[in-house]
Amino acid sequence: MQAQARLYSAVLLIFFIGIGLILYKHLALGFPLMPDDKKFVWTIEAKIDFQAQGDPVIISLALPPKEPNLTFMEEDFASSDYGFSELTSNNERRGQWSKRTAKGAQTAYYRLSVYENDKLVEDQPIDEPEPPKKPELDEVFLTASMTLLEQVRARSANAEIFTRELIQTLNSKSPNQNQRLLRNDKAGEDYKTNLILDLLALEGISARVVRGLFLEDGRRRQSLTNFVEIHDGNQWILFNQDTGKSGKPKNFLIWQHGGQSLLDVVGGKNSQVSFSIIKNTHSTRNLVVNSSQNKQAAIIDFSIYSLPIEQQNAFKMILLLPIGALVVVIMRILVGIRTSGTFMPILIALALIQTTLVTGIVIFLIVVGTGLMIRSYLSRLNLLLVARISAVIIVVITIIASISIISNKLGLSQALTVTFFPMVILAWTIERMSVLWEEDGPREVLIQGAGSLLTAIIAYLFMTNRTVEYLTFNFPELMLVNLALILILGQYTGYRLTELYRFHTMGKRHAVDKH
Amino acid sequence: MLLTSIKRLKSMGIIGMNQRNFGLVSRYNPRRLYPLVDDKLKTKQLAQQAGITVPKLLGTLHYQHDVKQLKNILNPYQEFVIKPVKGSGGKGILVITEQAHNLYYKPSGDAVRLTHIERHVSNILSGLHSLGGKPDSVMIESLIHIDPVFANYSYEGVPDLRVIVLKGYPIMAMLRLATHASDGRANLHQGAVGVGIDIDTGEALHAVQYGDPVYHHPDTRKPFHDLTVPHWNKLLTLAAACYEITGLGYLGVDIVLDRDHGPMIIELNARPGLSIQVANFAGLAPRVAAVEALIQVDPDPRVRVEFSKKNFAAVRNLFRSRRKISQSVQRSLSLTVS
Repeated sequence: MQAQARLYSAVLLIFFIGIGLILYKHLALGFPLMPDDKKFVWTIEAKIDFQAQGDPVIISLALPPKEPNLTFMEEDFASSDYGFSELTSNNERRGQWSKRTAKGAQTAYYRLSVYENDKLVEDQPIDEPEPPKKPELDEVFLTASMTLLEQVRARSANAEIFTRELIQTLNSKSPNQNQRLLRNDKAGEDYKTNLILDLLALEGISARVVRGLFLEDGRRRQSLTNFVEIHDGNQWILFNQDTGKSGKPKNFLIWQHGGQSLLDVVGGKNSQVSFSIIKNTHSTRNLVVNSSQNKQAAIIDFSIYSLPIEQQNAFKMILLLPIGALVVVIMRILVGIRTSGTFMPILIALALIQTTLVTGIVIFLIVVGTGLMIRSYLSRLNLLLVARISAVIIVVITIIASISIISNKLGLSQALTVTFFPMVILAWTIERMSVLWEEDGPREVLIQGAGSLLTAIIAYLFMTNRTVEYLTFNFPELMLVNLALILILGQYTGYRLTELYRFHTMGKRHAVDKH
Repeated sequence: MLLTSIKRLKSMGIIGMNQRNFGLVSRYNPRRLYPLVDDKLKTKQLAQQAGITVPKLLGTLHYQHDVKQLKNILNPYQEFVIKPVKGSGGKGILVITEQAHNLYYKPSGDAVRLTHIERHVSNILSGLHSLGGKPDSVMIESLIHIDPVFANYSYEGVPDLRVIVLKGYPIMAMLRLATHASDGRANLHQGAVGVGIDIDTGEALHAVQYGDPVYHHPDTRKPFHDLTVPHWNKLLTLAAACYEITGLGYLGVDIVLDRDHGPMIIELNARPGLSIQVANFAGLAPRVAAVEALIQVDPDPRVRVEFSKKNFAAVRNLFRSRRKISQSVQRSLSLTVS
């Protein structure tokens, strides 16, 4: 019993290591569990235009913060003749282009490819808000503000609701005198943002502006949209300043937190920045492999992905073998099907993968059938065993060559795949079946041959399944889970399915006897 | 449907293949002891040393060039059996019952030439019948003469008795009878008849062919209900003693009854099959449990046989009722005649 306990704990350990690694790769590195998982990769280009005046030029552009749920695939700062450096300060990234002298129309580009990943993100330390600064307002304005704030305060319970109410009131379709005075419909977006920030400051709520970009495929000459973010004491909450809706909208890339300028140009005038956006679809798995390799995640760096492509393809096949082995174990231990040679079915299944199912089975039957006929003649020649099997190998190769040539002449190109069958294995199969025929008769040959073929077909169906193929290659850890399953199956002592038939007469009459 | 039949087989104590491999073969039979039973020459030597009767060894051949001497070896004998030393399941056995004018006669009456026998021997030597195709040796044994008790119970082959011995205790027995369908061989899955034998008395209990019950031999029509195996005690004791000579805890002992020499061990099997349960219409599991419950294995085979006879006697004999009927019919017949 102790040995059994030890085995079960080993099985559990192996199983959970396997599952754990899979979960790690899925949750932490973002490997998708399905092969068809796709991601949208957004390529955003910021174009900075300005007129240089012949003096040294320094351009400083705020760059989007690297948030953990975003993966930055590529950042590109292509601008001819400009020196470039990236500066990071106060939780803000800025790109800085510089040039000794420049004159006339100038352009600088910043290009970014980014996608949203599915990683589980730990709570990030949030930047603490600065205490709100009392704005300086004229008397009329202040009075109007106080009246509005009082109204809103009466309808709200906390900072979040207050902010929402405030924004909705300011945006109301039928504004009263007060609101009309405050919101000044002719002014632009920035005016409204500042107004909201001022009002929130009067109420004593820390807030800041957030600039971001709505991501839509094929858009050009876009500009950033202002959002308002308040700090309610625990966390930052984002508000749409036109609707009052809280939370980050879908496909919205936050470019800049806080009130620093987006773009500063020294030595130029009429500067402006515009954005264009392109959407691309990529397989999640490729994105993840690339980004993990860039980050040198040990589990990826020391994995099959680090091999050359050709070897990777070989491994794709090899990693499918354990699935075939599992099928054989299930068929033999649980179902009780007899096969000729324990793992011959896996090799047939591998050949079937290359030849496709129907072609493969037809070729297999032709080769083995012809081989058996010739082998029965060989047995009359009274040869020693090794010589006989060698002769059978040559016979098999001859049959295969004939099939290839004849089918080629007939224009049946599928049959050319016959060369993928393992010839030595076929020779052994023929030899074993022929001995079986002599000793136990054709019935046993049929049973074992059909059993082998059935097992091979089931293994083939599993091994060619896209999801299975994807999972075995991208999660080699599955082998551990597979191993655990096989170890457990090795402990199964119950009846095989075929034994229910083998002993069926006993069960029946036993029931009759009891009457 | 599936679950109920599993339950029913369980309640009968039927042991399945997985249970046999796991709970019996790998548990009681250490791998290193297999050669003792896989090699029939070794088995024979061991049995002889222990004073157990075995068929007489007439000669052995080990290499292909020995084949040339075959004629000289066979010359003095009228009848003999050629066997692969490492064969299993009765494969590769050639029986010759008569030799005359350079022709050898099989039990069926077919005559073969020496070249045929030489090819057969050569095939055995190159491993045609051995496990995994390994090179093998050939043994030539004296022919066994069928005991008159079994005279009409077998078609061509000699009936053999399979006794399952667990830790030295015989727990189940069956008689295997060759039929026309089995081509003179004693393999149940080839159509031989398996007759379950009561461990206590040696009487036939129940018989099957292809898994279905039969009441008389399909070829000779002889009914099984008045079949009783003679020398029963001696036979069981011989089987039980095989535990000591091999050390294998789960053993299939194949015994034949010779007209002149009585019970003889012909083969031991470290992986005996499960058809014996069908032939006996009983499961092995309760008997295995009874033996496993014993604290100590008695060193004396005769004591172990007594234990088995007491504990594994058939609860009811399906044939016994028929036997009574047939006896009363005979009695009434003789009465009317007189």
